[in-house]
Amino acid sequence: MVCGGAGSGKTLLAIEFLVRGATQFDEPGVFMTFEESVEDLTADVASLGFDLPALIARKKIVVDYVRLDRHEIEETGDYDLGGLFIRLDHAIKSVRATRVVLDTIESLFVGFSNAGILRTELARLFRWLKDRGVTAVITGERGEGTLTRHGLEEYVSDAVILLDHRVDDQVSTRRLRIVKYRGSTHGTNEYPFTIDRSGLRVLPITSLGLQHEASLDRVSSGLDALDAMLGGRGFYRGSSILISGSAGTGKSSLAAHFVDAACRRGERCVYFLFEESPSQFMRNMRSIGLDLQAWVKKGLLHFHAARPAFLGLEQHLVAMHREIEKAKPAAVVVDPINELMAIGTLGAVKATLLRLIDHLKTSQITALFSSLTAGAAHEQTTDTGISSLMDTWLLLRFLEEARQRNRGLYVLKSRGMAHSNRIASFLITDRGLQLGARAPLSRSEKRRSR
Amino acid sequence: MKRAAPKAAEQWNLRLYVAGQTPKCIAAFANLKKLCQEHLGGHYSIEVIDLLDKPQLASGDQILAIPTLVRQLPPPLKKIIGDLSNTERVLVGLDLVRKG
Repeated sequence: MVCGGAGSGKTLLAIEFLVRGATQFDEPGVFMTFEESVEDLTADVASLGFDLPALIARKKIVVDYVRLDRHEIEETGDYDLGGLFIRLDHAIKSVRATRVVLDTIESLFVGFSNAGILRTELARLFRWLKDRGVTAVITGERGEGTLTRHGLEEYVSDAVILLDHRVDDQVSTRRLRIVKYRGSTHGTNEYPFTIDRSGLRVLPITSLGLQHEASLDRVSSGLDALDAMLGGRGFYRGSSILISGSAGTGKSSLAAHFVDAACRRGERCVYFLFEESPSQFMRNMRSIGLDLQAWVKKGLLHFHAARPAFLGLEQHLVAMHREIEKAKPAAVVVDPINELMAIGTLGAVKATLLRLIDHLKTSQITALFSSLTAGAAHEQTTDTGISSLMDTWLLLRFLEEARQRNRGLYVLKSRGMAHSNRIASFLITDRGLQLGARAPLSRSEKRRSR
Repeated sequence: MKRAAPKAAEQWNLRLYVAGQTPKCIAAFANLKKLCQEHLGGHYSIEVIDLLDKPQLASGDQILAIPTLVRQLPPPLKKIIGDLSNTERVLVGLDLVRKG
């Protein structure tokens, strides 16, 4: 049983169940619709890339539109829903269906006035479906205080999935919860999902235990001097790294170095940009001597740029998951995470990041997150919320000395390695970041030092 | 209640959908026959369709309930479900008696 309010995606979930069954598992299906005509349904799911007419022609799916018009029907005396059973049976036999969808069977309550007969017949129908060994997805409109308007969940006892579509702060999010699933230990939380071109997507469950394999493999940060500060060998593969610093401290440049190095090793990378467009970002990086365009051309580097406010947090997470699944990268950069944090509460963002990091860790993908901090005074406090999720935390800051503002890098923490405790100053030059170099003194300063 | 006598020339085509020889279906057929003889004279034909034999016919007339009586002629199409035991309701449903 799939229940939810109007527009929550019930029909979609149901039709996808049939289409996937027909195309991927060779399990034909019957779609009995009480709400939409075959034409409407076909048009609706075509936008998701499902070619319903072709499946119908190949006898993989049969759609039966049951139209109910109460004005046309006069009730006199005792009746049952034998006609419905016969139609369903006929449809099931015609394609040897093992999957059945009834969408939305509660419409029967509009068409017939005798609720007593309907309840008995529906209970009989569900038993009948079960005895036939078909898997049935039954959709129901969400009621007040009950899962479905007519309490159908009492009859369908194997599994109940609740879909929810709500709008928080003008951002819509879809959530799915398994209310009941007999004979299984199921997740009880609400899981975000999205509906897009490829259908319905639920986010992978946050792993309950912390059991991902910790790699001993190391990957270079892209800067020899930084690798030296990190126990001499760079980051652990599959670890998560936070780079925080105030505006202009070189977070993106550092991330670009990391990506550049990964591509050099022939590894694929996905770079999520939340502030700049890819072309702008690549232009900027070219100015410090990093030609990222070349990696994009080679198919090693993928950019994914989006305005965070455009989507809800979950949608971002889903979009990121999809990109990661598609590109199968060895490294991922999220630049910056602040834009994400602006969408949701800290708790929600943390949960989102946790999901993402869990996924990345299990897939042994090294992840680098940049975080913009307000100013030197806040540079550590703003990130404490998420820093516990990170294995390595690099801090970038301006060092004001001798009439100069130099950039400095400091390894605040790095789990599992002996790291340097030095604040290394660095320069951003047209040949990239130069760590450990000192700014050449200006002429006037040189004069003075003499 | 006002009786609207069927016009002499009017031909009544009725179709009764059943599913096997269940008590409800047998009762419906008996009730229908009696009613037609009383109210429609000789101007009617009854076609009984057993959906157990011809399941493919169920979707054409949008049959869900068994038994269902469909008035095909004269138009408009009318559907009456149940065993037709409530004669007054059947007459109303067939437009043989006007409500009121």
